[in-house]
Amino acid sequence: MKLKSRKLKKTTVIDFATYIGVILVFIVMNTLKSQGMLTRSLTGQLIPICCYIVMAVSLNLTVGILGELSLGHAGFMSVGAFSGIVAAMSLQSVIPSEPLRLAIALVVGAFFAAIAGTLVGIPVLRLRGDYLAIVTLAFGEIIKELINCLIIGVDESGLHIVFNATGTKSVNDLGLSEAGRVLIKGAQGATGTQTIASFTAGFILIMISLVIILNLVRSRSGRAIMALRDNRIAAESVGINVTKYKMMAFVTSAALAGAAGALYGLNFSNLVATKFDFNTSILVLVFVVLGGLGNIWGSIIAATVLTILPEALRGFADYRMLIYAIVLILVMLATNNPQLKALFAKLIPVRKGEEVNGQA
Amino acid sequence: MARLKSKNDSPLVPMPSDAYIPQRDLGKTPVLEARHLGIDFGGLTAVDDFNLTIGRTEIAGLIGPNGAGKTTVFNLLTKVYQPTRGTIMVDGYDTKGMSTVQVNKLGVARTFQNIRLFNNLSVEDNVKLGMHNQIKYGMVGGILRLPSYWKQERIAHERALELLSIFDMQDMAGAKAGSLPYGAQRRLEIVRALGTNPSLLLLDEPAAGMNPSETAELMENIIKIRDTFQIAIMLIEHDMNLVMGICEGICVLNFGKVIAKGTPDEIQSNPVVIEAYLGKQKEA
Amino acid sequence: MEFLSYLISGISLGSVYAIIALGYTMVYGIAKMLNFAHGDVIMVGGYISLLSMSSLGLPWPLAVILAMLVCTVLGVVIEGLAYKPLRSAPSLAVLITAIGVSYFLQNAALLLWGASPKAYTPIIAGSVKLFEGQLSISYVSILTVFMCIVIMIALTLFTGKTRMGKAMRACSEDKAAAQLMGINVNRTISMTFAIGSALAAIAGVLLCSSYTSLMPTTGSMPGIKAFTAAVFGGIGSIPGALLGGVLLGIIESLAKAYISTQLANSIVFAVLIITLLVRPAGLLGKYVPEKV
Repeated sequence: MKLKSRKLKKTTVIDFATYIGVILVFIVMNTLKSQGMLTRSLTGQLIPICCYIVMAVSLNLTVGILGELSLGHAGFMSVGAFSGIVAAMSLQSVIPSEPLRLAIALVVGAFFAAIAGTLVGIPVLRLRGDYLAIVTLAFGEIIKELINCLIIGVDESGLHIVFNATGTKSVNDLGLSEAGRVLIKGAQGATGTQTIASFTAGFILIMISLVIILNLVRSRSGRAIMALRDNRIAAESVGINVTKYKMMAFVTSAALAGAAGALYGLNFSNLVATKFDFNTSILVLVFVVLGGLGNIWGSIIAATVLTILPEALRGFADYRMLIYAIVLILVMLATNNPQLKALFAKLIPVRKGEEVNGQA
Repeated sequence: MARLKSKNDSPLVPMPSDAYIPQRDLGKTPVLEARHLGIDFGGLTAVDDFNLTIGRTEIAGLIGPNGAGKTTVFNLLTKVYQPTRGTIMVDGYDTKGMSTVQVNKLGVARTFQNIRLFNNLSVEDNVKLGMHNQIKYGMVGGILRLPSYWKQERIAHERALELLSIFDMQDMAGAKAGSLPYGAQRRLEIVRALGTNPSLLLLDEPAAGMNPSETAELMENIIKIRDTFQIAIMLIEHDMNLVMGICEGICVLNFGKVIAKGTPDEIQSNPVVIEAYLGKQKEA
Repeated sequence: MEFLSYLISGISLGSVYAIIALGYTMVYGIAKMLNFAHGDVIMVGGYISLLSMSSLGLPWPLAVILAMLVCTVLGVVIEGLAYKPLRSAPSLAVLITAIGVSYFLQNAALLLWGASPKAYTPIIAGSVKLFEGQLSISYVSILTVFMCIVIMIALTLFTGKTRMGKAMRACSEDKAAAQLMGINVNRTISMTFAIGSALAAIAGVLLCSSYTSLMPTTGSMPGIKAFTAAVFGGIGSIPGALLGGVLLGIIESLAKAYISTQLANSIVFAVLIITLLVRPAGLLGKYVPEKV
């Protein structure tokens, strides 16, 4: 009994520390921002950082907690971004309140990304290991190309959608009325989007994601998801439905990525689908791995630091991506090579037990 | 060889949280009935014409030389492999076409020869995972922490500690399963399987790697489990002291075929069995 | 006639994919890692051959050999510095490291040779005209297919007949057992990277000759597609890489011509996904179920 209460406390403490940390950082940043004490580049990065944090935390659910490698997470972000933009822009006249429209856009983004997640998940989750990874990569690229072919406009009669598969169609094929507006122009992407994303919305989205993921992990469903990661055959032997829980984790992860995408999309007046390519998926995966598999606050810190870092290295101009690459390789070697790890363990006193059931 | 008696006077594990204790029908239907069971792997017959009936609270043994197909029989009974031939009835239900998960819900639980725990999770979470299908709240209840979450988790916690107390493991509840010593890992697998509320428990070499005193303790515990939970237990084991000491019926497998069945005394004096284990004796 | 010309360009493109896929498949087979930097080694091969032809004025066969040498050394150095220390690490750590190496190569190329595309003169110009000029096949296409076949045969003989080749097969089957049999596993893995990288250099020259342009990111998409080809054909299998590469090239070429230029990659990837659902280990791969 004693042991249990102590253990409950430990995980609860980590969860609450994560929540409180995020709240404190938000208050500090918001104050600094309103006082005009942040540099312009950092102010401009606040919302993207929020999006990447949600991306990292949600991908951690798939990679760290479910234990399946996904290389196509940006695809779900893309689905969320463009569906969110369409929702927000087409409701412009109906719902004048910006925060409400933003909230609806996030929900729409999450919803369409969840549908995409379900469609992708059904075939993908039947595969294992590296095969699953390559297929998620393939789906990410497919989503990118499909969205690249979309032309969407809106007028008083509703949405007009044209799928430009052959490259011969243009905005004129939408058949919009005089009052109509084009929202997405195929390969040129979304243009003239009203940027209604706000830092506060980003903060709220992070908090919601944290509540969903941390509470999920500590619940019956989360245990089942982690059981699949640790030993699928044993999980089946105790009556855990593999497909159900894999889908649960995958779709939840996709939906959160969709919400993050919608926030991201509504932060820029112009956005192209090629922004959400393989490299973006990899970028988010790097956050997750460097932050620690299954370690939620690690993902938050990694996403923040690694989004700011390339900007901070601007002084090094052309060398910054090279430095980024070298740092990445060195960190992976330092944290995974047995000899180097032993060396670091001697130099730095060990911190232990801070993970949320991370993989060893 | 001393037969351990079923000790009905031994103190039973206290089970106050009877929420999960099943209403068992201790009627006449056998808990398991396998008829003409067989499986081929690419033309190679691994198990053939396997017939077995296990009664409600029977302790049965499955023995045989290495490679005889014992674990394959377990894999067939739990539907890790779908049998090529034959039928498996659990509690009177035909399991044709069922998956591992469905068979487990019917009441078949197992342990593994090469231990398969959820290594990164705590001992308690491992047991709670065994109880997964008895804990009744969904994804939304868990995320929003509705009253059902708190209530069900509290009951599950108590029940998990009770189950762990069978092997005196309640103090380890917070430890990572992967960090436990070998013997404790084997015992935890049994507890986890019991969590699924089985009517038939399949133990694959439960005493492997244990010393004689640990094995003796395990034997008592197996009988205690049978008596407390009123379930049937079938075990694969190479330790003949254990098998002959607690099994009421024994089935001997060689080259995928049943070569003998009977009580421990019958098996021990059966020439076919002796031949299978020791090889053919030359005519004197 | 039009169809035939698309088919031939598909086979030629597919042969390049096949050569890259051979490198991928060998490395995957033995090191069980997705070497995302493989595509960038192709790019390096392209630049080296271009520079040695344009700046040093070397004839193309020498340029190709020089590119192969540089890439071989590069491959072995990458393996030794970045992958070897992670031999026992989780596969995700190795994957991220490979991505780091890929970023490194791309950005180093960016600094050395600039971001703007460079024109690449095909190593052999001209084409054969068939059917009274209705069908023209470039010499580069013919050379590509020829090289692919030669490499295929050479590799099959190498892995089947030589000591080193047999050691490679043993290592990809079971490293611990191979070590117990006295095979130097580390040397074998280095050797695999050397061969894979040399093949990447050849692929780089052939790829650039048919695309006639080169930039630091040239290698990534062909790299990913070649990996898709390797998985499609059954990863770890040499004939699988050839089959997967050629089929993928044909599908891509025909999809571009008859369905949609925009969606050509999607169609290629969709074929991969469907194939894996029907045959989880690819066309020629062996499916090994998990032992309980």
